[in-house]
Amino acid sequence: MRRFSLTSLLKEAASGHQGWKRQWRAPEPKKEYDVVIVGGGGHGLATAYYLATVHGVTKVAVLEKGWIGGGNTGRNTTIVRSNYLFDESAALYEHAMKLWEGLSQELNYNVMFSQRGVLMLVHNHHDVISFKRHVYANRLNGIDNEWLTPEECKEFCPPLSISPDLRYPVLGGALQRRGGTARHDAVAWGYARGADARGVDIIQNCEVLGLRRTSDGAVAGVETSRGFIGAKRVGVVAAGHTGVVMSRFGLKMPVESVPLQALVSEPVKPVFPCVVMSNAVHAYISQSDKGELVIGAGTDQYVSYSQQGGIQIVSHTLDAICELFPQFTRMRMLRSWGGIVDVTPDRSPILGKTPIPGLFVNCGWGTGGFKATPGSGHVFAHTLATGEPHPINAPFSLDRFRTGRLIDEAAAAAVAH
Amino acid sequence: MLLIRCPYCGERPETEFHCGGEAHIARPDTPADISDADWGSFLYTRTNPKGLHAERWLHAHGCGRWFNALRDTVSDAFVTTYEMGTPRPDPISETAKA
Repeated sequence: MRRFSLTSLLKEAASGHQGWKRQWRAPEPKKEYDVVIVGGGGHGLATAYYLATVHGVTKVAVLEKGWIGGGNTGRNTTIVRSNYLFDESAALYEHAMKLWEGLSQELNYNVMFSQRGVLMLVHNHHDVISFKRHVYANRLNGIDNEWLTPEECKEFCPPLSISPDLRYPVLGGALQRRGGTARHDAVAWGYARGADARGVDIIQNCEVLGLRRTSDGAVAGVETSRGFIGAKRVGVVAAGHTGVVMSRFGLKMPVESVPLQALVSEPVKPVFPCVVMSNAVHAYISQSDKGELVIGAGTDQYVSYSQQGGIQIVSHTLDAICELFPQFTRMRMLRSWGGIVDVTPDRSPILGKTPIPGLFVNCGWGTGGFKATPGSGHVFAHTLATGEPHPINAPFSLDRFRTGRLIDEAAAAAVAH
Repeated sequence: MLLIRCPYCGERPETEFHCGGEAHIARPDTPADISDADWGSFLYTRTNPKGLHAERWLHAHGCGRWFNALRDTVSDAFVTTYEMGTPRPDPISETAKA
C-alpha cells in the first residue's frame, strides 16, 4: 500500500496527478478462505480490516453483490454519536467513537471525521426528563453529554428558532460535543484499501446464493454467482438484505426491512455549524463539506425493498425543518433517496453466533448503523477470529430473542437513532 | 405514497391506513406449554420476504376495519386484498383472474 502524505501529494502534483494507482485490487475468487464476509459495506470492510490487522487473519474474502459502499454506507446521513442510554449500547457505540477519533490516522485515509457536536432537541416535558436521564446515564458511563437550555441551544446553533410561538417549542437539548459527521464513502474506501493491502480479497459483483454445509452441519462455504467459494467461517453483514441472505441459508431472522429516506438541498455557503436532531418532530440535519444540507427522514410503516419511500415521510420531515430553521424555507432540495434498513424488535443490532456452526451474523443496525462502523467491525472481527463474541458484543446475541434479555433502545429512543 | 384499495371503501391514500405487520401469525393456544424458542419465534421472527408479503392493514381514518393484503415488497404493488380469517390466496390464480 502506498502511503498518502504531503510528499506523495507534491510528487504526484509535479506529474499532473497522472501517477495515482488503484487503491485495491479486483481479484478472482480463490477456492477457499479462512473467513468469507458477505456484504461489502462499511461494516463488512471494517470487519475484514480488523481481522487482518488485529487478529492476523488474512485469508479473507469480502463478497459484495454490487460495488463496495454502494448500499446503506453511501446512503446514510453520516451522523456519529455514542450517547446511548443502556450500558450495553453505550459500550458498543463508545467503542466505535474511540476508534473514529483515530481512524484517519489509523487508515492513512482522510475519513473527514468532524466532531462538530450533535444536539438533540427536546419539545415536551416528558422528553426533558427522559433526555436528562440520558445525560446522567451517559456520564456514569464516561460518555460526554450535557444539558443545554433553549438559549444555550440557540447559541450553539444560531439558525435554530427557539421562539415560544413554534408548534412544538424547544425546551432544551442534549449535546454530545464529541459527536459529529464523517465522510461515508471514505470510510468504505479507507477500510477497503487497508484490508486489501494486507491480503484481503475484495470481490465485487459476486452475489451469495446459498450455503454449503459439511456432513456434520457446519459451514463448508458459500454458493455464489461466481461459483462455490469454500470457507471455514462465514460472516453475514448484509444490512437490509440480511433477511434475504439468511433465508437462502435456511434461517428466519427477527428483523424486518423497511425503507429509510434522506435528502440533500442545493449546496450553499457554510450556514449550519453542527448536527441537530429532533426525535419528537422527526428531523435531523447537518451541512456537508460540499455545502448541501443533509436531512434525514423517517421509515415507512411496511416491509419493502423498493429503495424508495413515501413522499409524505419526506414532507413531514421538511415541515419540521422549516419550523425549526425558518431561514431554510426557501431552499430547494436537490435529490432524495431511500435505503433498506433491517430493524430488530428492540432496535438494537444482532452481532454474534447463529444456530449453524461457523456461521455468524452482524445485522439489525436499523436506522443508525453508520456511527458504529469501526466498533462493529472491530468486535465482529474478534467474533469471527475466535469463534466467540467479544465482551462488548456478547449481549447483542441472536439468542436474546429466545431468552427475552432484550436491549430495548426502541423504548429509549423510539425513533431513528 | 401508496394508493390502497380498502375492500369496504375502495381506493384511498396510504395515509388513511395503518399497517399491522405480517398476517397469519397465530398466537399459540397454550403459551405456557411451548418452548422459549417457539415463543420467541412467535413474538419476533418474521418472514421479511423480498417478494409477495401477506400483511394486515387497518383503514384507520376510514371505515375502521381490518383486512389482509398481498403486496409485492419490491414494487410495493398490492396484488390483492382479502378478509381477515380467510387463508392466504394463491397469487398466481389471482393474477389469472385479474
